[in-house]
Amino acid sequence: MATTGTPTNITQGSKTKGGIGESTLRPDGTLKVTGEFAYSSDMWHEDMLWGFTLRSTVAHAEIVSIDTSEALAQSGVYAVLTYDDLPTSIKNYGLEIQDTPVLAHGKVRHHGEPVALVAADHPETARRAAAKIKIEYKELPVVTDEGSATADGAPLLHEGRDDHHAGHVPHPNIVHRQPIIRGDAAEAAKKADVIVSGEYVFGMQDQAFLGPESGLAVPAEDGGVDLYIATQWLHSDLRQIAPVLGLPEEKVRMTLSGVGGAFGGREDLSMQIHACLLALRTNKPVKIVYNRFESFFGHVHRHPAKLWYEHGATKDGKLTHLKCRIVLDGGAYASASPAVVGNAASLAVGPYVVDDVEIEAVALYTNNPPCGAMRGFGAVQACFAYEAQMDKLAKKLGLDPVEFRQMNAMEQGTIMPTGQPVDSPAPVAEILRRVKARPLPPERQWESSEGADVRQLPGGLSNTTHGEGVVRGVGYAVGIKNVGFSEGFDDYSTARVRMEVVGGEPVATVHTAMAEVGQGGVTVHAQIARTELGVAQVTIHPADTQVGSAGSTSASRQTYVTGGAVKHSCELVREKVLELGRRKLGTYHPAWATAELLLEGGKVVTDGGEVLADLVDVLEGEAVEVEAEWRHRPTEAFDLVTGQGNGHVQYSFAAHRAVVEVDTELGLVKVIELAVAQDVGKALNPLSVVGQIQGGTTQGLGVAVMEEIIVDPKTAKVRNPSFTDYLIPTILDTPTIPVDVLELADEHAPYGLRGIGEAPTLSSTPAVLAAIRNATGLELNKTPVRPEHLTGT
Amino acid sequence: MRVTFTVNGRQQEADDVWEGESLLYVLRERMGLPGSKNACEQGECGSCTVRLDGVPVCSCLVAAGQVEGREVTTVEGLADFARQRAEHGGCGTGACGTSLQDAQQWEAKPQDSQTGEGAELSPIQQAFIDAGAVQCGFCTPGLLVAADEMLERNPQPTDADIREALSGNLCRCTGYEKILDAVRLAAARQDRVQEGAV
Amino acid sequence: MDFLRPASWEEALAAKAEHPTAVPIAGGTDVMVEINFDHRRPEYLLDLNRIGDLSEWEVGEKTVRLGASVPYTKIMENLRAELPGLALASHTVASPQIRNRGGVGGNLGTASPAGDAHPALLASGCEVEVESVRGRRMIPIDEFYVGVKRNAMQPDELIRSVHLPKADGPQQFSKVGTRNAMVIAVCAFGIALHPETRMVRTGIGSAAPTPVRAKEAEDFLAAALDEGGFWESGAPIPPSVAKQFAQLASGACNPIDDVRGSAKYRRHAVGIMARRTLGWTWESYRGNERSAQCA
Repeated sequence: MATTGTPTNITQGSKTKGGIGESTLRPDGTLKVTGEFAYSSDMWHEDMLWGFTLRSTVAHAEIVSIDTSEALAQSGVYAVLTYDDLPTSIKNYGLEIQDTPVLAHGKVRHHGEPVALVAADHPETARRAAAKIKIEYKELPVVTDEGSATADGAPLLHEGRDDHHAGHVPHPNIVHRQPIIRGDAAEAAKKADVIVSGEYVFGMQDQAFLGPESGLAVPAEDGGVDLYIATQWLHSDLRQIAPVLGLPEEKVRMTLSGVGGAFGGREDLSMQIHACLLALRTNKPVKIVYNRFESFFGHVHRHPAKLWYEHGATKDGKLTHLKCRIVLDGGAYASASPAVVGNAASLAVGPYVVDDVEIEAVALYTNNPPCGAMRGFGAVQACFAYEAQMDKLAKKLGLDPVEFRQMNAMEQGTIMPTGQPVDSPAPVAEILRRVKARPLPPERQWESSEGADVRQLPGGLSNTTHGEGVVRGVGYAVGIKNVGFSEGFDDYSTARVRMEVVGGEPVATVHTAMAEVGQGGVTVHAQIARTELGVAQVTIHPADTQVGSAGSTSASRQTYVTGGAVKHSCELVREKVLELGRRKLGTYHPAWATAELLLEGGKVVTDGGEVLADLVDVLEGEAVEVEAEWRHRPTEAFDLVTGQGNGHVQYSFAAHRAVVEVDTELGLVKVIELAVAQDVGKALNPLSVVGQIQGGTTQGLGVAVMEEIIVDPKTAKVRNPSFTDYLIPTILDTPTIPVDVLELADEHAPYGLRGIGEAPTLSSTPAVLAAIRNATGLELNKTPVRPEHLTGT
Repeated sequence: MRVTFTVNGRQQEADDVWEGESLLYVLRERMGLPGSKNACEQGECGSCTVRLDGVPVCSCLVAAGQVEGREVTTVEGLADFARQRAEHGGCGTGACGTSLQDAQQWEAKPQDSQTGEGAELSPIQQAFIDAGAVQCGFCTPGLLVAADEMLERNPQPTDADIREALSGNLCRCTGYEKILDAVRLAAARQDRVQEGAV
Repeated sequence: MDFLRPASWEEALAAKAEHPTAVPIAGGTDVMVEINFDHRRPEYLLDLNRIGDLSEWEVGEKTVRLGASVPYTKIMENLRAELPGLALASHTVASPQIRNRGGVGGNLGTASPAGDAHPALLASGCEVEVESVRGRRMIPIDEFYVGVKRNAMQPDELIRSVHLPKADGPQQFSKVGTRNAMVIAVCAFGIALHPETRMVRTGIGSAAPTPVRAKEAEDFLAAALDEGGFWESGAPIPPSVAKQFAQLASGACNPIDDVRGSAKYRRHAVGIMARRTLGWTWESYRGNERSAQCA
């Protein structure tokens, strides 16, 4: 029986023009505005069951017993699974360290850990059955911070761990530690005329993608399973799913369903294995859809962090040294913690020239919710701290905060603390200049002839001020983010490109496993195919595991890497098409043999513009298809003692100027404007580029003034797992976001492009904080800023 | 229980509805209309916004049984809904809403396009595409229903009006700027049509 | 679960009498959240949407009879002159979609201290009309809230309407949330000047186990206004009086620390809101006095 909501080819027809550099419209746009685009939660099958996950109600406990008998006896219940039902000896999964149990075994390590699964004919039947599963817990003490996690006799999260970081960490509750030592910070500190230091605290942020975790697993006749899923990386999921199911990878056929946002929160598995297990056990299709409450437990969050920073500078404004220590709370399982540590350490200095550094970053194992990837990935927390430091230093030196940053800004050729030279444009001073040069928005915009418009004041519709207590502040920040997977990871992508004649027109089909999560990768793929192959019509094949891996939609890498793969495969297809042309038609014109040939406007043309043939004639009766991998320049691991190594591929820079108005009596903030300047190398689709920058900026704003998952330090339980109490910005919280895009080509990258998705999330937060400090005169070392911090209550 | 109501101009019926089911669940899982989205199920995101007897509501917070005999318009019916509104004289003066009679006369036309290209769209839908207001698209259906209804009431909104009207619809991708652009664009195009008509 | 769909008020009362555990559902904006999140599984849901009378209001000579299900949007749009405090409070409720469904009956039935309507209702001095098959009674708003999420109703009673005195003077409402829209109150404050009776009434939300009035603050202010002849003179209120009023309002709070805010902040913010809303209402009163004198 057919499944509804399966993804289909999307063809942009000849009405759509536009190669790279043009703001062509999304190929999936029409489907998305008509409601026809099928997200993973929209999948449906006539006789499908609903899966439900029973999760731990405590953070750390031994599981004394589980009794599922009453649940199984419920009418409409088809299966109840626990750890004991896992089919193979592989019972854990994980991105880098396989420490995460598919279902809890003997112990739960964090609040909301999956313990049992139910499949039933209605979600309510499944919920009621789950409520009848009896679990006896014996609670254990929790560790929730560095002090408790590394104290003498602290309970170990993963006793006897033998992963590849276990050998070099100072304590088993430390996932990974990365020092970076360059020069002599102690000696350099002696040259400093001023020294500033600070302790900074970054709260736990949630990705809060709007489409909760969901998918449909359909058992197949060959004993395998078809999984329709929203994820960021199909092949990474596959590598973790298949062994647990005891199936060869080719029997787990994964197809990307519509993805309702990701932002890092879909790098780890959520319900994938669970749905497959239930489908294989019941031999029926099983759909699992988390609600918002469960979603807060269903994915990892941004690492909360404590950061200690010390900078020195000479009185003429030159940075002398940096000493810093960054402690990231990884929660109960490793997830992406090791890579987040590498990023935080290697980017801890920010986009500044500092020759003498002592940096240390660690991630902890605690009983808090697991933390992993989120847009900005370790660089966000560091940027919050070093930008606060820059303002403190400038103030102490009596210098303008922007000029001070510009005096120390890195540029092409700067050597990073890792010893790696910055080998493409790094216009840090220029993007700061641009945001500063922009005229400030007019004061008191909320005043009108009819009195104060509260919608434009702090507090908004809540009617808390008509101008009383309102003070304006302006703040600046700039950040640096790496692009692509770093530290020696083999970061490649695969693209299959096919060219043929359909309905009398040449059509290119692009098939990759790239997860389109909203970023617009599919738009760009069509643009690249048009540019390289000279066709109007491009068909985007659904992403699945029938083609090679595209790597992850994360680390600002997809346009670079999968875009690079599509470009590469198009080039190979073009060569084959030209070969075909030479074979079929080469005798008609000498230029076939002698000239540089291009594909343009559906024709084969010489570089002089002479038309040699219609593509339709070349391709008549034949299809040309290539599947090829493409990888960016290799990187190296960071030395575990010194942190030296050419660890990164490319950097991305953005600067913000925030203008805020603060109700200083009530401690409420209204961000008036968040201006951005960012170098994008080459804007393949300017409309999408601006959209990414504005979206990233707003997520940074959110964690500046409202977003935080609050975990009770005594119980390690999450206190606000809902959209009622985990607040993300509404349209009334979000200011105008003027964007200034620079295009300074990186010669190493396809088309000179630079990954763009994350950089705007970095500097947005510290810019807002700087503006609030400017308005209030307060120090504010913690984000998000709460009314209590601004009012001393 | 059985629930019968009109969706996008067509009478629909669902059997064996659990009494605690929401209108959203019935639309998505029983009527094959998954366009309205299930992002929070607590009225805090607006992704499930539909019109109930013409009024925008969160369909996740309407019990299915409460909809008995009533009229629902979802994003799937928005294009036809807008077209019929335009054919009935539009709403150039504002504050006209849609009468129940109008709603009853209206009927959805099926679309058979897999790619969507060439589909007839409402002005607000087209504006969302043209302005780049769609990224992941999960918030889009709810925003479209809310924005379309606002433009019906207030064809020349100020930015503050747009922000207030859409303050119940969360978007996590766009930072809202392109959404504002889209609503401004739809309003401007509507204006041009009105002027052209006069 | 059973879904009861009474077609009339009488049928609804009969159903509630037969099934006192039945949970009334009108706008659904509280009840459905609890069902969706599996916090509540009532035996019966009692749908009130088919009772048209509940969505209607009547403006009388002295009072407004506001049906329990009149959506907040309608209050904002139609009753701004008669019930300015409640209209302002209505505008701060959640989102446009929620304001299109929710009404004061839901806030009163749930009786959460965070309900946005409560401070305005307290400040207005309204009465809640409740009814059962046993009869109808009017509960003064001051006696309505009896505990955390508990009200003075009997299990067989339903809320039919609220009878609010038409405003005889300026009213204001202010609420603190950590977002500029769609936010649950950290705390809230409502104030109504009653020039005819020379009274001031207030209401505080989310800063005590129940919605409360700041009675000492009211008494202090009424006395200060009276003794100083301010009602007659329309003179500006001295900052010392405003400050004392704010302090007393703050003192009327009995808040807790929770994820939305600290107790200390709530006390502080209620004081600020009390001072500001007093300023706004008094300025408005003075403006009206002056224009009346000119005319």
